Amino acid sequence: MPIFIDRRLNPKDKSLGNRQRFLRRAREELKRSIRDKIRTGRIADVDSEHAVSMPRGTAEPSFTDAKDSGRRQHVLPGNKHFAPGDRVPKPGQGSGGSSPGKTVSEDDFRFVLSREEVLDLFFEDLELPDMVKLNLKEILAFKPRRAGFAATGSPTNINVGRTMRHSHGRRIALKRPKQEELDAIAKELAILAAEPQNTGAPQRIAALQEELERLERRRRRIAYVDPVDIRFNRFDAQPVPNANAVMFCLMDVSGSMGEREKDLAKRFFVLLHLFLKRRYDRTEIVFVRHTHEAQEVDEETFFYNTQSGGTVVSTALEEMHRIIEERYPSNEWNIYAAQASDGDNFATDSERCIGLMDGQIMRLCQYFAYVEIIDERETHIFGATENGTSLWRAYSAVNLKWPNFEMSRIATAADIYPVFRRLFARQPAVRKSA
Amino acid sequence: MVRQASKSGLLFSDADWDFKTLSRVHEAIEAIAIEELHLDVYPVQMEIISSQQMLDAYSSVGMPLMYRHWSFGKHFLYQELLYRKGGRGLAYELVINSNPCIVYLMEENTMALQALVTAHAALGHNHFFKNNHLFRQWTDASAILSYLDFAKAYIARCEERHGVAAVEAILDAAHALMEQGVFRYHRPPKLSSERQREGVRERLEYEERSYNDLWRTLPPSKGGDNTGEKNPGVAERKKTLKLPEENLLYFLEKNSLVLEPWQREIVRIVRVIAQYFYPQRQTQVMNEGCATFVHYTLMNTLFDRGLISEGVMLEILRNHSNVVFQPAFDDPRFSGINPYALGLDMMQDIQRISTEPTAEDRDWFPDIAGNGNWRETLLEAWANHRDESFIRQYLSPALMRKWRFFILADAASEPHYEVSSIHNERGYEKIRAGLAHSYDIGASRPDIQVVDVDLLGDRQLRLEHKVKDGIMLEEANRDAAMRHIRSLWGYEVSLAAIDAQTGEMLNERSTSQIGE
Repeated sequence: MPIFIDRRLNPKDKSLGNRQRFLRRAREELKRSIRDKIRTGRIADVDSEHAVSMPRGTAEPSFTDAKDSGRRQHVLPGNKHFAPGDRVPKPGQGSGGSSPGKTVSEDDFRFVLSREEVLDLFFEDLELPDMVKLNLKEILAFKPRRAGFAATGSPTNINVGRTMRHSHGRRIALKRPKQEELDAIAKELAILAAEPQNTGAPQRIAALQEELERLERRRRRIAYVDPVDIRFNRFDAQPVPNANAVMFCLMDVSGSMGEREKDLAKRFFVLLHLFLKRRYDRTEIVFVRHTHEAQEVDEETFFYNTQSGGTVVSTALEEMHRIIEERYPSNEWNIYAAQASDGDNFATDSERCIGLMDGQIMRLCQYFAYVEIIDERETHIFGATENGTSLWRAYSAVNLKWPNFEMSRIATAADIYPVFRRLFARQPAVRKSA
Repeated sequence: MVRQASKSGLLFSDADWDFKTLSRVHEAIEAIAIEELHLDVYPVQMEIISSQQMLDAYSSVGMPLMYRHWSFGKHFLYQELLYRKGGRGLAYELVINSNPCIVYLMEENTMALQALVTAHAALGHNHFFKNNHLFRQWTDASAILSYLDFAKAYIARCEERHGVAAVEAILDAAHALMEQGVFRYHRPPKLSSERQREGVRERLEYEERSYNDLWRTLPPSKGGDNTGEKNPGVAERKKTLKLPEENLLYFLEKNSLVLEPWQREIVRIVRVIAQYFYPQRQTQVMNEGCATFVHYTLMNTLFDRGLISEGVMLEILRNHSNVVFQPAFDDPRFSGINPYALGLDMMQDIQRISTEPTAEDRDWFPDIAGNGNWRETLLEAWANHRDESFIRQYLSPALMRKWRFFILADAASEPHYEVSSIHNERGYEKIRAGLAHSYDIGASRPDIQVVDVDLLGDRQLRLEHKVKDGIMLEEANRDAAMRHIRSLWGYEVSLAAIDAQTGEMLNERSTSQIGE
């Protein structure tokens, strides 16, 4: 009789610790690999599983025979037609296939990192301690929801059933005469009046009439439905998180934006996208690139197209406005925008930008973040001052007027996360969407 | 004593299993195993686990208890990847050589599979573990689990005291030498009991705590330390250190000048575990062959007796044939010889030779041909052989023809392989010897020994690699492994490649040539 033990409820993932140790050991290399992938891959790919080659540094060396030395024998099954003395060309010289007796080495394998692991590695680079703690000032829509009854309210919300119940209870409690009682007395009076007079009758009639009067007085005093009986349906305004978010990525690709600037911009967009994606059911991204003219492009073009030209920032804002009008009604969508630029702009166009922002865009947007990418050498010059490029000065004006506008400067990858955090950690008063 | 499950006389009829059915089926199978095959087994402990837990078990080299190390995580990822991609199914079972014999059953299995696993593992492997001489002599089935329990706790404690990184460094180095960490020719001492180990450890820990080099007041005697004599001759020196020594881990554990007691204990743990698995590796074909032969025979008996239905038998046969599938060498699925297939075929061949021998068999196997007693013949083979000797003794010409074995000679200098022997009259002996040789673990792994160390001089550890048939060591791996040896030894290490036939020195590598 064997002993049976059901181990299914034992803790699973006994190897989790080992797996974590392995990841820790391989961390640096994995991080580099993930970063490279993200830099070359698509934005949305960050938030997915990744296959990663077995990193170096996780080899387990031991004394093994060199494959390319010495004389060996392989005993193999399945001879078809060989006779002793036959020669067989070695594979690897064009004939393909694996050589006999050698199995595929384990170190060739690529393993899959889960989303969480990818994000960990990715955010570690950005020094992101815990994304969940961030609070996006999310604008809520309200949906009325039945929540019991109230003694006050508008006539349309009267709950008849509940009102009548209260009325009935009150009538019983206050002993309001019923119709039947009145009817009975009236009937008896009628009978007495019709009958021939006998001695006790007038007395009886007087008593009955007095009673009837009393009852009617009582009925007048105790209303059938009293204002205190009335109950109204009560509605709570329950906040409903908006399910849709659209993120406008506006990037300056004019001649002055180099590879470094674009890389920083992209990292910022990736982070933002991840954040929104985790927060909302649906997130869309609209890519708008602009030189002296703006156009909506796909992701590929956004990051990799090398087309360049002069700078007219307002074109991007106009394009964004056009797209919102066309596809993203602001009562249905949470609209976010992030703009990255090196800030170069004509003074006249910067004026125009202020106009567009004040006039239209800031009303439609939940949030608009402007990131100016500056040279590392400029950080100590511009870091603390309000002076800056033409666009920076223009947007400073917008910043004063609109609380849902934020602007910041970044010079290195390490700046991105703190800036991101500052941009999104604040929680100003909730405003209703326009 | 078989209670019948239903009026039909079947042991079970559903695909679903429950503990009652498992127990009933085990009882029935065990009864047949003992009466039909005369098996002799440890008591069985069956554990039901999920597929996730099976993966976990895989990645800790199949043991229910194992210390923590990143390489197990790596193997887990590898196995999981294969499994998820559908490249490989999970084993249906896992069996541990312990007393009682622990068999893991996966909850996902159908009842038919559970029956198959019961026959395969709870009886086949179990019998083999209990009776094969290698397992009997080299492993201690009753002590292994308690030893692993101790190892796991000890290493965890070391991690707390000395940090994960320090422990990991020792484990990495010891793992690199696992292959060179077994006694091949003489039996290791039995595992001492937990109490004895505890005593030794306490003493070492006391010494560790109370030793302080500052308090050493005696001047070092001239040229004297534990090797004793003044300028001992090389021969004398080797004798004192019991050189040459093939078990590198053992040598380092006993003689390293830099290891602290806890580091020595970790090296020892790795060595003990390597030694425990050594017989397993020498008996793959036999062990799997035995289990496969047993399940095949038992399942057929169950079917013949009307205890399982045709549908169940069909499912069992389908799984059975997957297990014993052997693609030919030029098939893309070929990845070496399937030990299940070879083992089962050889054992069925022995059955055939002892009951219906041909003239050729009588020629080749005068002892067993036609003796009619295949049970005893197999029991004896299972008990007394390892893969190499089993193949050398029992691989028959008939089977070589069936498998269409041939030998490819592979000289690294030639652009071609050459077919040196095939399954014909002249080739049988060569194929049999060649195949047997390929299962000789001692011969198929690099022979590296500690040959000398001058403890009073440069303390360089001198290793020697006996090069057979011109097969050198893979260089990157060699250098990395030598670095690990240096970290355990504490001083430079050199490795000379010596041709085994001529004694000529082919090259010499020293850790001083290798960077960090």
